[in-house]
Amino acid sequence: MTDQSYNFAYLDEQTKRMIRRAILKAVAVPGYQVPFASREMPMPYGWGTGGVQVTAACLMPEDVLKVIDQGADDTTNAVSIRKFFQRTAGVATTEATSEATIIQTRHRIPEQALTAGQILVYQVPIPEPLRFLEPRETETRKMHSLEEYGLMHVKLYEDIARHGSIATAYAYPVKVEGRYVMDPSPIPKFDNPKLSDSPALQLFGAGREQRIYAVPPFTRVVSLDFDDHPFDPSKAPHDCDLCGASESYLDEVITDDSGGRMFVCSDTDFCRTRREAGHAGRLGEAQFSSKKIANSFEGICPPTGDEA
Amino acid sequence: MSRIEKITPAPLLSVRNLSKRYGSRIGCTDVSFDLWPGEVLGIVGESGSGKSTLLSCLAGHLAPDGGEVVFATVNGPQDTLRMSEPDRRRLARTDWAFVHQNPRDGLRMGVTAGGNVGERLMAVGTRNYGSIRDAATDWLGRVEIDANRIDDRPSAFSGGMQQRLQIARNLVTGPRLVFMDEPTGGLDVSVQARLLDLLRGLVREMGLSAIIVTHDLAVVRLLADRLMVMKSGHVVEQGLTDQVLDDPQHPYTQLLVSSVLQV
Repeated sequence: MTDQSYNFAYLDEQTKRMIRRAILKAVAVPGYQVPFASREMPMPYGWGTGGVQVTAACLMPEDVLKVIDQGADDTTNAVSIRKFFQRTAGVATTEATSEATIIQTRHRIPEQALTAGQILVYQVPIPEPLRFLEPRETETRKMHSLEEYGLMHVKLYEDIARHGSIATAYAYPVKVEGRYVMDPSPIPKFDNPKLSDSPALQLFGAGREQRIYAVPPFTRVVSLDFDDHPFDPSKAPHDCDLCGASESYLDEVITDDSGGRMFVCSDTDFCRTRREAGHAGRLGEAQFSSKKIANSFEGICPPTGDEA
Repeated sequence: MSRIEKITPAPLLSVRNLSKRYGSRIGCTDVSFDLWPGEVLGIVGESGSGKSTLLSCLAGHLAPDGGEVVFATVNGPQDTLRMSEPDRRRLARTDWAFVHQNPRDGLRMGVTAGGNVGERLMAVGTRNYGSIRDAATDWLGRVEIDANRIDDRPSAFSGGMQQRLQIARNLVTGPRLVFMDEPTGGLDVSVQARLLDLLRGLVREMGLSAIIVTHDLAVVRLLADRLMVMKSGHVVEQGLTDQVLDDPQHPYTQLLVSSVLQV
């Protein structure tokens, strides 16, 4: 009984069906938030319970999973979710964007362009873009259904009035296929242009708020702006200090307490790939991957088989 | 004179047999009247007489049990109660305006004065920051709020300023009909006088039609062309303001007029 009530990739059969139905509906109505009966996941809210459920519902045994957290493959959130699916689904995992078929992401889109057949799953804390302006759910639903989106511009107006430019730097509201205004989850607005016309399927899961929404492949996604204050996908005006990339989104790292700082790619896979290819930035030098080093050791002292 | 030229042969708002019950109790019942373009109608009555219920029914905030509210839209007269919801909401943010008694109900307290005034413009599709800003500055001037307060939030404003800001926010899209629920309630007398003066100026200048609900007879004397007196959900008397106030016919109106304090 117990083994039958569980399905591939952690979810039970009924939950999996329910989530897949929600995903299908979300794909059919781009940008529309589909309510679903979010289950409790063995991790706290805010750790990607929505993303995990969407990933689990999409996973097939032959899939290759990549999990990133703010672009990094090696932070706690990414590592624990990757381990979770290694244990519960036994799928292959990778850190390379090009090898992955499903990428679960927290707040970044990989630098490397996605390809057809890939699925990008976002973890969403608050799916409702109008929430901080209109607290009533009944009212925001009505605004979505009647396409009353003037309020979204009030937020951008406030930004300009207070800061002189649109200061919203993440979770920048977008309009999907000319209809629904959508919160692209807290990705930096630098990533917003990558949402549009992507060959990959993009799914958004909000576990606590119980919503799933989607941007199907090759969907037009436009960032909202004013005629005289156009959308600007800004980033720090530096090159990566490790790999020298000038076009990637950067994290600022404080290196000492006397003002020292460095800028590094937030996408660790992108940065590593570039360094392996011989690129170097201000502070970094081209380096071998740990795998290459391990392989070179293997040549000297072949594995004994004890570790297994 | 210009006001008279604007008057068209059809009423702007035509209400027939409007009624609203709260269970067995009456909210308002059998209310019928015509409002003509450029006319200001006052609704007076004691608290609980159904005047706010009536106003909410007219403005579409409450669903009445029966009757019709025909508004002369740009596409001809239409019953707003049987209109589709998107149409009614569009009407509410273009041709109509609603001034709440408490400015906190009508303003977004977390949004700057400029944003508050600009919201209706953005709701009808203006997407140019500069022109929204100009319109907001212009309207703050028209309601006598200093232009350098444009980036302050309403919570930093006095009660009278908040109420004036609410009026600016409502009139910015050039509505044709304004609903006002006790616009001077909760303000002290000198601020009231200033607000009334301002309202009278704006109404005359823009050729607005307005329906003003109040319990303050001085307000209607100053603003309203015509007066409706309500008691227990019924309209007991209506007519020209001066006529009703100077020569009240119904016993209740007589009581109302005679209970005004004289100083």
